[in-house]
Amino acid sequence: MTFARNLAIAVALGVAAYLLSISLSPFDNLRLASMAYYFVALAGLTVLTGLSGQISLGHGALMAVGAYTSAILISRDGWALVPALVAATVVTALVGVLVGVVSARLRGPYLAGATLAFAVGLPGLADKYPHAFGGENGLTVNPPIAPTSLGANFPLERWEAWIACGCALVTFVVLAGLARGRVGRSLRALRDDDVAAQLAGVDVGRLRVLAFVVSAGCAGLAGAAFVAVTQIAAPGAFQLALSLSLLTGIVLGGLGSLWGALWGAAALVLLPSWSDDIAHSLSLSGDVQANLPLAIYGVVLIGVIMAAPTGLQGLVRRLSHVVRGRLFKPEEESA
Amino acid sequence: MARFVDLTLNGVSNGMIYAAVALSLVLIWRATRIVNFAQGGMLMITTFIASSVIGSSGSYWLGFAVALASGLVLGAVVERLLIRRVADGPALNAVIVALGLLVLLQALAGMIWGGTPRSFEPAFSIRGYFIGGRHVLFGPMDSFTVLAVLGVAVLLWLLFQRTSIGLQMRASAFAPAVARLQGVRVGNMLTLGWALAALCGSLAGLLVAPAVFVGPNNFDPILVFGFTAAVIGGLDSPVGGVIGGLVLGLVLSYVAGYWGSAMVNLSALFVLIAVLMVRPEGLFATRAARRI
Amino acid sequence: MLSVDGVQTYYGPVMALDGVSLEVAPGSITAVLGANGAGKSSLLRTVSGLVRPRAGSVRFDGREVAGLAPEKIVRMGLAHAPEGGGVIAELTVQENLELGALWRRDRAERDRTFGEVFALLPRLEERRGLAAGSLSGGERQMLSIGRALMGRPRMLLLDEPSLGLAPIMAAEIMAVIGELRHSQGLTVLLVEQNAHSALSVADRGVVLNVGRVVASGEASDLAADEDLRHHYLGL
Repeated sequence: MTFARNLAIAVALGVAAYLLSISLSPFDNLRLASMAYYFVALAGLTVLTGLSGQISLGHGALMAVGAYTSAILISRDGWALVPALVAATVVTALVGVLVGVVSARLRGPYLAGATLAFAVGLPGLADKYPHAFGGENGLTVNPPIAPTSLGANFPLERWEAWIACGCALVTFVVLAGLARGRVGRSLRALRDDDVAAQLAGVDVGRLRVLAFVVSAGCAGLAGAAFVAVTQIAAPGAFQLALSLSLLTGIVLGGLGSLWGALWGAAALVLLPSWSDDIAHSLSLSGDVQANLPLAIYGVVLIGVIMAAPTGLQGLVRRLSHVVRGRLFKPEEESA
Repeated sequence: MARFVDLTLNGVSNGMIYAAVALSLVLIWRATRIVNFAQGGMLMITTFIASSVIGSSGSYWLGFAVALASGLVLGAVVERLLIRRVADGPALNAVIVALGLLVLLQALAGMIWGGTPRSFEPAFSIRGYFIGGRHVLFGPMDSFTVLAVLGVAVLLWLLFQRTSIGLQMRASAFAPAVARLQGVRVGNMLTLGWALAALCGSLAGLLVAPAVFVGPNNFDPILVFGFTAAVIGGLDSPVGGVIGGLVLGLVLSYVAGYWGSAMVNLSALFVLIAVLMVRPEGLFATRAARRI
Repeated sequence: MLSVDGVQTYYGPVMALDGVSLEVAPGSITAVLGANGAGKSSLLRTVSGLVRPRAGSVRFDGREVAGLAPEKIVRMGLAHAPEGGGVIAELTVQENLELGALWRRDRAERDRTFGEVFALLPRLEERRGLAAGSLSGGERQMLSIGRALMGRPRMLLLDEPSLGLAPIMAAEIMAVIGELRHSQGLTVLLVEQNAHSALSVADRGVVLNVGRVVASGEASDLAADEDLRHHYLGL
């Protein structure tokens, strides 16, 4: 019953994405693709942070794992796209097991610190083993080729958007099912009071690891989708800033809700480009112009948390209660 | 053997810088139970300020003093304006605000001073002392680094353990509601705590600037190392932070020397994990997590 | 000394005090009694400023204190030893006591007060260098009271000082309270669940139930009232 409902929503979203993709310019299709792979990463992070209350600053590095995995498989071993995406997801999920097992014992800031160190440390491997990972320049892959059934002139950007949106839809269906079911309930119990959850018979350790594995798999898939869209996996793209952006994305979107992940993904793509536009229109100096997007980003972050601690999704929920619109029913009540 | 000695000395010197950042993070953690991820941005700003003052006045020590003073001010302002509003809510909110502040500070620095990293003259010579027929990897600048950080650490210890203000600050950190009932102006104590913490951070920035250059993103690794050092020692313990800094400094120096500098960051992770697996609250934490 | 009038206190949406009024005469001990959740602690926390009342007035020594910050109220001579003692475990006994007198400038005065408190509670002097967390429950309560006394308050709010203590310890603490009233003229507002021991040392009593005053009067009268004891005090 629930699965059918989620599937229906996914189909609706898929149709919306399809309609968008055929009417958007190539540049905007790239943005749509970006939003899609951000959504995949954010959705996983939502399971981790919003549902089970664990903080990770390392998911940018996990995206790198997925990105490099798919890049190596595609460019070096000649794998096809979909198997590479799956493999990237699985490999990163396995890394997630490792990270999860370590992290399950840690609390709050210690967990944040460990994942922070992971995020900063992992890119070093690219420099240490440049032969395998391509060093600072990273690995490049050839652009994905649309199947011939779609026509010879099928725009590359639209195909990339389809790939990314496909990943996003799959993620949505899987995670929505997870969030509503027994696992989701257990995870929420974990977030709210892990001692009580333990007393109630929830296997806390295993659940934490599960949350990490799921979120890592999503990050891996997002990273692989990133490679499909940008054709490159380089250390520069997966610095600490990316992890910070992801965390910001789910907070902006409101913790604990898949719709929030959607908002967050949109914000992560649109905010920087809107602030770029503002800078251009005000004819500000070079230095100011270059940094204005970041400054606005920081101010928005601080401002949103101060004004709306439950993020945008919380605002939307309040609005939708007022308006009595039931169209976008939230996944569950977050705190 | 000479190499080992060199690496050890270098590790001690770097370690003290990490210790200073660790001290800063520990002070704030004790006072407000927040990890100040913006510390890297704050010390970056004060180092930029020092750089500008030195450039226009020609005096290193004036720039040094201004940097420390602006650290005090910046810490107090951040606490009053931002942290006060989010300290009582969910922990994640404070984290996000700190990260937002970090991003904002880095952007502001880029706007004011540009994105190109600039050099920073050290206070003393970085050429190593001539011992046993060669220049060891430890010179006057390193001596200054060690002495400055130790000096600040000792002063802070004296402040906390031997003065009335220090007692009030500790009470405010341990039990704010109870402290208020004793007449302690807890709000002011928290502001003071943040100001002192930012002072430590500013010192670290000044000491490391010659090596890393001064740019909006150049101080990020130092934050990570300082944080690792603080966590190794237990976020609750200033002494642990200093020792953690030393340990980390030594370990990373050996890693850079024997394994390769590319593995330094990842090694910090290994050290961190190793410590936390043994004692999830850090080596020197005085309070074990309250379970049931 | 203390005049509470029509105070309403809420914790979020939950009402803890619903129009509570009472008077405490100088130099007297007033006991506040009632079952768990009756609002006794909330009353003390409202008076000392930890919680701001939504309505009503609290006058201490003639001055309105409702809405003032607790650190200001302490300086007016009103000390509050909170539920559980509130000793800071990480500090030593000495440091906890010092904390109570910090806002007093006079060094000599402070030392003298130390002497008086130690004379009254000798067990604290024996343990003055130890961390407060290592004290037993009874010793912590003593420390809590001692710390409150360090500020030389004119009125003391005590929240369940005998909670969780063995009867002997509880009796000892009640004796100390009585002694303080007797020798220093200290005014005390004493919250207790143990109505029997509280009424034995108090002059007057007030009984709360679900945030309202349901009875008040001379302590001996309340102690003798069978119905009262049965309904509200569980005796």
